[in-house]
Amino acid sequence: MPLDKTAQRDVPAISLRHVSKLFGGVHALDDVSFEVLPGEVHCLAGENGCGKSTLIKIITGVYTPEAGVEMAFAGQSVTSVTPNVARQNGIAVIWQDLALFPEMSVAENIAFETLLGNLPRLVSYRRLRARSAAILEMLGEDIDLDARLNTLPIAQRQIVAIARALISDAKLIFMDEPTASLTQSETDSLLGVVRKLAARGVAVVFVSHRLAEVLDIADRVTVLRDGKLVGIFEAEGMTQSRLTELMTGKTFGAEVAARDMTGAPAVLEVEGLSRHGEFEDVSLTVREGEVVGLTGLIGAGRSELGHALFGMTRPDAGTIRLSGRELHLRSNRDAVAEGIAYVSEDRLALGLVQPQAIADNIVLPILPRISRRTGLISPTEKAGRVEHWLRELSIKIGQPSDPVSTLSGGNQQRVVLAKWLATNPRVLILDSPTVGVDVGARAGIFRIIRDLAEKGLAILMISDEVPEVYFNADRVLHMAGGRIRGEYDPRKVTLKELEAAVYG
Amino acid sequence: MVKAFLRDYPTEARLLLVVLAIVLFLSLASDSFLTLVNFTSLLNNTAVNLIWAVGLLVVLIAGGIDISFAVAASVVQYVAVYVFEAMGGGNWAIGFIVAGALGIALGFVNATLIHHFRIITIVVTIATFNAFFGLLMFFTSGRFLYNLPDWWVDRIIIFERQTADGTWAELTLPVAVMAVCLGATWLLINRTTLGRQLFAFGDNPEGARRLGINIALMQFLAFGWMGMMAGIGGLMQVNIVQEVVPNALIGRELDVLAAVVLGGARLGGGRGSVLGCVLGVMIVALTQNGLNLMGVSPFAFKMVVGAIILIAISASNLSFARRVRPPVGGWK
Repeated sequence: MPLDKTAQRDVPAISLRHVSKLFGGVHALDDVSFEVLPGEVHCLAGENGCGKSTLIKIITGVYTPEAGVEMAFAGQSVTSVTPNVARQNGIAVIWQDLALFPEMSVAENIAFETLLGNLPRLVSYRRLRARSAAILEMLGEDIDLDARLNTLPIAQRQIVAIARALISDAKLIFMDEPTASLTQSETDSLLGVVRKLAARGVAVVFVSHRLAEVLDIADRVTVLRDGKLVGIFEAEGMTQSRLTELMTGKTFGAEVAARDMTGAPAVLEVEGLSRHGEFEDVSLTVREGEVVGLTGLIGAGRSELGHALFGMTRPDAGTIRLSGRELHLRSNRDAVAEGIAYVSEDRLALGLVQPQAIADNIVLPILPRISRRTGLISPTEKAGRVEHWLRELSIKIGQPSDPVSTLSGGNQQRVVLAKWLATNPRVLILDSPTVGVDVGARAGIFRIIRDLAEKGLAILMISDEVPEVYFNADRVLHMAGGRIRGEYDPRKVTLKELEAAVYG
Repeated sequence: MVKAFLRDYPTEARLLLVVLAIVLFLSLASDSFLTLVNFTSLLNNTAVNLIWAVGLLVVLIAGGIDISFAVAASVVQYVAVYVFEAMGGGNWAIGFIVAGALGIALGFVNATLIHHFRIITIVVTIATFNAFFGLLMFFTSGRFLYNLPDWWVDRIIIFERQTADGTWAELTLPVAVMAVCLGATWLLINRTTLGRQLFAFGDNPEGARRLGINIALMQFLAFGWMGMMAGIGGLMQVNIVQEVVPNALIGRELDVLAAVVLGGARLGGGRGSVLGCVLGVMIVALTQNGLNLMGVSPFAFKMVVGAIILIAISASNLSFARRVRPPVGGWK
């Protein structure tokens, strides 16, 4: 690795001053400064739309900033940046969608750079493999070089993406939400790799919605809000709630919202539910108006349990009762008819038809209910339902006919909720309701969940973020290895104790 | 070695088994199947389809599709006749250059429309399929051409052997040309940097763009290669049938497409191999050959071939589904 370990640590790997960018007269960035030191792990924090990605795209030469900007790479001032200039200066981006080649081998994915060029050359697979192997060895990762990429888990693909960045002698690596789809242990090992890079003098800019992780790994945090620089802060001594305030400009009370619901009638009762290889002997109760949090690491069987409760898979043993009546769900259509709704984790792909209108998405599960006797859909009935739910969940949209893909993550989440609430459910299963949602928008989602509970809905909230269930559920169930390991009352345990139980 | 082959080429391995099964069945069912004469004629008859198949393979790998190549080959044949006439007859060297160049030019028409006007490949090639064929029929009025240069229609035998019963087993020039085309395509897609870029582009176009792969070059390379193969295939077809007929090749594009997809090339890009092409074409050809030898009505051929393609593709899809079933404990 031709990394210069003696690089002077006080000359910034990159520094920008007076960065502005206008899109149609609107300031996406307004006089922002940004600086990263070699070997530093720097976090770029802010809500969606705050200008983070615009800033990254300016640094990597995708966008041209407005005049008046001062930029320097490793102390050398530059006038304009193109993607090529950025690459030559050792700036690499690991995009959220990875930009890898799933059908190609690990070695080719890592060292594809050696295959570039407009003139045909013969490929030296020996050289390709040797270079890839050297990088992986440096990272201390053992991945089969000949394996096709799409046979690897996401966590290893991240490593491949990092290795690719390193092979082009990257001095500054941007990581956009690298841990969004990783389990806790995978995240830990990724953070380990990031530390290794930093120790070698590579600067890493980390973008993540998971603030705990940000504070854990970063040396400094640059906070952006509405295109403006809020400030650059040392990570040490920073707390999650302080960071949230800086990002949103609002204060959020982190108070336990749990209530005692033991008096309410049980709606969903699960007893001894098992499905081979997924979950074992699960018993739980969700009462009317109660929010039950179900937490545990990824792979604990939480989502699988959710699928079974929604009729998508059949349990091998055990019973599911709804208000005392035993259910035999043959499909999720049965579950919807019985009044069970399930909001999936992967909203973007599974929960919404992205290119379709917001209105069409909302009425999708209730098409038979808004049809006339002729089988045709009643436009007035449809418009009425859509309007009702948009108002109820205060979803900010342009037109109901706009495609869902035009909405922010938080609003998309609300549209998914609206879609399922339109089925008039009695039990709502929420799988990771805040994945990919801003801190500010999260509070709004939880407020809605709370309101729904107040109206008598029985809610099972699945999440791998322990604080989320701790602060927002009435009771917390901990799942591990397919079994319920414990039940906690947030009013009687501290967050630390609960986290220790789950992550411990 | 075998293990690596099974891992990296699961579709091809399965097709190989299917081919062996068909061969085994037919050699038991028909006396005349497992003979040198039958095999050489099988090769002579599939040479043109194989040349087109590897051309189409390159387009499919790059994430495109082309259904205009068979009529493009007809256009090349007609134009070549006039070019040879103008050049005072021509010879094989000129023939390959002219047919290849004309084919590349027609391929570039597709590539230009796709790249510069950002139209998806299936729409473009449906349009050029109609345009090429319409222009050809209009200008030729559907006329056949028989008066062709001697070098073009003379049979050139590259291998011959008399069998015990006195018949001759022979391989003709198209088989040799086919072998060269297969080798060249294999070299291009597996051993050259541009070939690997084609895979990357077909696999993840956005990722390829971000990495700095020249997208225009990829489209022109893929469709140019397809065009060259279309032209060379057209040249060989005339050598076999000794005539130029404007509507002789129309419809062949779907047979070739089916065979290439059967051979594991993915519609959508990023996957496919020369071996798969050969196996895909062979399965179709062997089936037809077998039905022929067993005295089945030629009217039933299409039906049986359709069924074979469906069965083979569903079989490979089923096992694909098994391979990607979520692991216990869900996706990571």
